[in-house]
Amino acid sequence: MKIYNHLILTIGAALMLVSCGQQNQSSNGALSSSAAEKVYVAPGEQDEYYAFLSGGYSGNLTVYGLPSGRMFKEIPVFSQFPTSGYGYSEETVPMLNTSHGFVPWDDAHHPDISQTNGELDGRWIFINGNNTPRIARIDLSTFETAEIIEVPNSAGNHSSSFITENTEYVVAGTRFSVPVPQRDMPINEYKGNFKGALTFISVDPEHGHMAIKFQLLMPGFNYDLSHPGRGKSHGWFFFTTYNTEEANSLLEVNASQNDKDFIAAINWKKIEEYVNNGGGTKIPANYAHNVYDEHSHTGTSTMRKEVLTVDPTKVPGAVFFLPTPKSPHGCDVDPTGQYIIGNGKLSADLTVHSFDKMITAIEGGNFDGEAYGIPILKFEDVLAGQVKSGGLGPLHTEFDGKGNAYTTFFISSEVVKWQLGTWEVIDRKPTYYSVGHLMIPGGNSRKPFGKYVVAMNKITKDRYLPTGPEMEHSAQLYDISGDKMELIYDFPTHGEPHYAAGCPAELLAPKSQKIYRLDENRHPYAVTSADGSKVVRDGNEVHVYMSTIRSHFTPDNIEGIKVGDKVYFHITNHEQDFDVPHGFAILGQNSSELLVMPGQTKTSVWEPKDVGVWPFYCTDFCSALHQEMQGYVRVSPANSNVELKWSLGE
Amino acid sequence: MKKASIAMIIGPLFLLGLYIFPLWNIMLGAPQYPDPLGLNIHINGLQGVSEFDIQNIDGLNHYIGMHTLPKAEDMWEFGTFPMVIGIMVALGVLIGILGYLDKVSYKWFLGWFLLMSILGLLGMYDFNEWLVDYGTNLDPNAIMKLTNPDGSPMTYKPPLLGHVKMLNFDVTSLPSTGAWFMFVGMMLTLAAAFMGWKSTKTQK
Repeated sequence: MKIYNHLILTIGAALMLVSCGQQNQSSNGALSSSAAEKVYVAPGEQDEYYAFLSGGYSGNLTVYGLPSGRMFKEIPVFSQFPTSGYGYSEETVPMLNTSHGFVPWDDAHHPDISQTNGELDGRWIFINGNNTPRIARIDLSTFETAEIIEVPNSAGNHSSSFITENTEYVVAGTRFSVPVPQRDMPINEYKGNFKGALTFISVDPEHGHMAIKFQLLMPGFNYDLSHPGRGKSHGWFFFTTYNTEEANSLLEVNASQNDKDFIAAINWKKIEEYVNNGGGTKIPANYAHNVYDEHSHTGTSTMRKEVLTVDPTKVPGAVFFLPTPKSPHGCDVDPTGQYIIGNGKLSADLTVHSFDKMITAIEGGNFDGEAYGIPILKFEDVLAGQVKSGGLGPLHTEFDGKGNAYTTFFISSEVVKWQLGTWEVIDRKPTYYSVGHLMIPGGNSRKPFGKYVVAMNKITKDRYLPTGPEMEHSAQLYDISGDKMELIYDFPTHGEPHYAAGCPAELLAPKSQKIYRLDENRHPYAVTSADGSKVVRDGNEVHVYMSTIRSHFTPDNIEGIKVGDKVYFHITNHEQDFDVPHGFAILGQNSSELLVMPGQTKTSVWEPKDVGVWPFYCTDFCSALHQEMQGYVRVSPANSNVELKWSLGE
Repeated sequence: MKKASIAMIIGPLFLLGLYIFPLWNIMLGAPQYPDPLGLNIHINGLQGVSEFDIQNIDGLNHYIGMHTLPKAEDMWEFGTFPMVIGIMVALGVLIGILGYLDKVSYKWFLGWFLLMSILGLLGMYDFNEWLVDYGTNLDPNAIMKLTNPDGSPMTYKPPLLGHVKMLNFDVTSLPSTGAWFMFVGMMLTLAAAFMGWKSTKTQK
């Protein structure tokens, strides 16, 4: 009995402890209930913000809603996507063409929404392919990839794809320096011989079409990340560098020796003027420019054979180096354009340069030597301040438009909020785990929407139910409307997001296209009237002009196909109703299905190998009679005389 | 009588609104059509509320064997109605002018109103006949042949006025802007007759 009492006492004490703990957490408890309210988007309601998260090694771009963290779409960009047939259909295969042939994958990193006067305008979103250097433009009314341009003389297209404040240029910097032009040479002769190309791609203000304006051939460092100047610093672009040691092996040691690397400040307006006046050197090149036409629903790939290069030493006053400690990674510019933040990833501190001080220093002409003919400014002359963060491994910084900056710390796994100007740390919150990028909608423009920050983590571990060794990455959402950040949500993300871009929903939702107009379909193999379906033989190529509408294919019986034929199914969806796609798949198809949106035409090639009667069907549950939406193709021996014929309902 | 005649001139002119605005509107909402499909009935033909609504209504109706919605040239009404309205407007304005010139009495105003009312009722009757035909004259090979609980074949006549639940669709049929123009115009002519009658009485 005594023992029993004792036990009760112990349990009581334990309960007290627990309840104390709970009391401690009860403020947290209250917080979490309000956190639930903050992220809860009731059924039928819509999110406040769009968030576009890069897919990293998925090669694509994913669209999420904030604050709910719900994923709405994966937009295929650099990777084949059997879901829709992107990169498999005849129309989209050219989108993945490069100077290396068809490249069905890439590593997509840094999305950036087009801007006008430094504010998000929601026309397009750009994203870079890292591995086989490319820049893509995605149309934000169709949410489809509209254009991809390959970047020659670049390798590891990482300090990309950031845009200037009127979308004059989308900028692509090389992470790996390489011989320019490429040639056969010993690797250990890197130093002094390799070049780092920074490519300025002009964007047509009306159509968004991209063209390489010039490539600045910089010393052979690694150009890691970049951001444009804005406001007062509009006309400049800033790139972080590492490996200013120019090591070609064991970089983790050899590229970490210099106490300071550089931020390269590029006066692109000056170079643009130089180029417009006939400056620069055209050199032979070979790169693909792939454009998708929304009306012919077809991509075309054109090989470009020349690129204009600029030697930075030939344009005095255009390029300067700002010494920045410890292999800086992210290079971020605050909304006013005054502060350039170097996130020294091997350091605890952030280095903030002042644009005004930089201009004064340049005007003073008081340099700290030069590197390959490029003047190096004195660290003290350009330094605005240092943020003594107490964190480890700063990577990226975004801004809330209220004078605060938010920096991710990969090693100490946290987001730190600090104040611009005083460099004081205001708050810090853990992330789960090892955060890479973070994103505030518009946080990289003159006008951020400082309500939420999304932290995109590299390591997931125990955040969700386990799914074997491989898991999705994790993201955390923080409410930043108050003084202190508040963790309000945690959600998995697809692929490996390296950066994101977000904007208010009302910027895009009203103009999101519902259908493609059939009367504007200019696909050469489109069937635009109900009776236009036909099958045409041209040697061993057979073109099937097929239409779909709930719930049948026209035609749905085809005879006269022979083994050895190459059959092109050109499927036109005759629906003009929102969200009524039809799919197409045929047994033995060596590619993917097609998912055809209303008014659209897509083509799949089928090469039947055996005689027989082979079915095809609609893969999208389109209607109550979806299961009836099917047809047959009769395949006869190669030497047969079966007449080519097609029908529906006979 | 001058005021009454001016009202009698203006009243029929309101009917010109029928050339611009739909007379009637039928909306079809369903779970999968949160933005309902809609049909605007003009005196000279049918139009979708959104551009592709007619095509989409036809597409859905083919499952239950309904005929496609008529084009302007498929129904004599769409040729005749505009003419009738035109004639009635001209007649009404003429009566108003003659009243102003003291050539005709207020009884003519009333006469116009009654004639227009009769024509309107006939039009409604004709419209309802078409709705009955549209909703009941079904393709015998329809994909879905549905029956009522009593075993009789289900029909799909949209309501002339008001709301009906039809399979997954909520169908609402209401007079539209053109009808309201007609209503206001006709009321003006009725008022004109009344004013005419009063002024005649006081003159006596």
